[in-house]
Amino acid sequence: MYAVSCRIFLRLFLAVVSLVAALPAPAAGIVPGVVCDGCHGTGGHSAGTTIPSLAGQDRDYFVIAMQAFRSGERPSTVMGPLARGLTDTDIRGMAAYYARQTPLAQTAPVDPALVKAGMKVFYDRCKTCHLDGSLWKLIHQNRGYERECSGRCHLDYGPERGKVVPLIGGQWREYLEMELAAFRDGSRGMSKRKARAFEHLDDADLAAVAAFFASRTELQR
Amino acid sequence: MKAAGRRAFLRMLGAGAGLTGLALAGCATPEILPKSGRRVVVVGGGFGGAIAAKYLRLFDPTLEVILIERNRRYVACPFSNQVITGLRDFEGLTLGYDALASRYGVRLLFDEVTAIDPATTTVVTRSGRVRYDRLVLAPGIDFRTELIDGYDPRTTPELMPHAWQAGPQTLLLKRQLEAMPDGGRVLISVPAAPYRCPPGPYERACLIAAWLRRHKPRAKVIVLDANPDITAMGALFREAWKTRHAGMIEYLPATRVSGVDTAAGAFVVEGVESVRGDVLNLIPPQRAGAIAARADLVEEGGHWCPVDPRSFESTRHPGVHVIGDAAIAGAMPKSGYAANAQAKVCALNVLALMNGKPPHELDGINVCYAAIGEDEDISIAQVFRVADGRIVAAPVPGGASPANLSRGRLEHRYAESWLRNILAEMSG
Repeated sequence: MYAVSCRIFLRLFLAVVSLVAALPAPAAGIVPGVVCDGCHGTGGHSAGTTIPSLAGQDRDYFVIAMQAFRSGERPSTVMGPLARGLTDTDIRGMAAYYARQTPLAQTAPVDPALVKAGMKVFYDRCKTCHLDGSLWKLIHQNRGYERECSGRCHLDYGPERGKVVPLIGGQWREYLEMELAAFRDGSRGMSKRKARAFEHLDDADLAAVAAFFASRTELQR
Repeated sequence: MKAAGRRAFLRMLGAGAGLTGLALAGCATPEILPKSGRRVVVVGGGFGGAIAAKYLRLFDPTLEVILIERNRRYVACPFSNQVITGLRDFEGLTLGYDALASRYGVRLLFDEVTAIDPATTTVVTRSGRVRYDRLVLAPGIDFRTELIDGYDPRTTPELMPHAWQAGPQTLLLKRQLEAMPDGGRVLISVPAAPYRCPPGPYERACLIAAWLRRHKPRAKVIVLDANPDITAMGALFREAWKTRHAGMIEYLPATRVSGVDTAAGAFVVEGVESVRGDVLNLIPPQRAGAIAARADLVEEGGHWCPVDPRSFESTRHPGVHVIGDAAIAGAMPKSGYAANAQAKVCALNVLALMNGKPPHELDGINVCYAAIGEDEDISIAQVFRVADGRIVAAPVPGGASPANLSRGRLEHRYAESWLRNILAEMSG
């Protein structure tokens, strides 16, 4: 218990330090950024489990997501009207603001057994695309896995290719589950490649992989 | 200041607030907290003031920021309609100010502001005078009870609660509902706009109707609206009343409560007769918090504070900024989210003014959720900017929930996180 509260305290402390470090000289996107934090949490660290944290989100991915909200390609409630009301300059500024913030992992406990099952789903179905910096590292620390490396990730995704990869590690489990459910029921569209991956996943797999991503504490783009 | 020193300092402030009435009677008001460096004083620790204090320190850790607030605990209004029908208690809506002091270095003064003198850049509290370089005033609302014949500001709210400032009034309305006979009538009076939280009265009607259906199904809600129509999310509320609360809510537009008949338990309605009710929820017309008028910040012939649309600096007294419900912020509604957004833009522009820098543009955002039942919400999301010296809404169609309320349950889940985040912003 003590260790847990220490960890939470340390995270909060780091969040403040990172904010203070990031904010003194108000930079690009500061106004739309801080104004969005009313919903997304100070510095983009969301305290609400159905609203994603935006701290540390990939700049290019942020713009892609906002454009998808704006066009309606990605379904939303409030995000569509907000994206339509904001200018391209606002959105680019917000992307820079959130990319400057240090990402922090969500703080709810996750069932270790579910995480373990989720890691298997990740390796089987998600890893060739969802390789943010920390997952790339994780994969390469797994020597057993590396021996069987097909080289596929190196060909298309991952940091080596400079592809846009959203940071989803450490996100709230409830939010991840809601988005996965939206992919599954078709309300949120996806690429053919992602759809193929989804064909092999049942609800238990989705719950597990949400837990796996939520459990990530080492976060880097 | 070292942590121990700061704690001692806060204790000293706390003690001071209690003693002052005795110590200062008859004396010339002494200066407390003598000013040494650059200082901004924030008056009022609600959705605007607490955020202004926090972000001023975040943006400039070298600045001294003093937050003066009457109460040590803050009870948030958003979602307090759910307290009335037992869907929520006050625990999750009650905030302290400790983190503003310990994590952000805001100095807290729990005290009541009695006067503001812009000419000498001084705030007068019960314990003494506090000097400032710039002042941010977030005084919220007060009631214009003089517009209601027979309204006694002391006794009438005990009989006809407004429940428009969350706390004991909210709980009183809850008790009255519980005590009401089945078959009784709940009257909700909506004041003429502008008032705090435009969708609030209609949300309240929904939640009370849902509760009545469960507990007193023969009872009814009657909404007496001084406005010609529902002031926010009108089509959505009408749809909810038709499909979720059929037969439970009667809506009377352009029906202004001009007096009370406390003996008969009735509202006196302008141009009609009196309307009797078993529970009388009288939400009086509103004005900027009283201190704004005492500081001469209210517009001539009006009730709210005119401000520059970027810096929120008063157009009547330079050096004083007014944010939140009390300010005239063009198209931005008097909502908690709008106050939060204004506070941040104001904080940036207070610093810009102090440092001789050009002002930041306003990208105002407002996101409001309103419950239409126990597990369904609707929302409105808007972007605001400045055009021709006024804050206007970006012309974007479709800022509100779909007309058929199909996303009600999903929005209910988002609403809960909205609340968690906006409160976490104020308290940590």
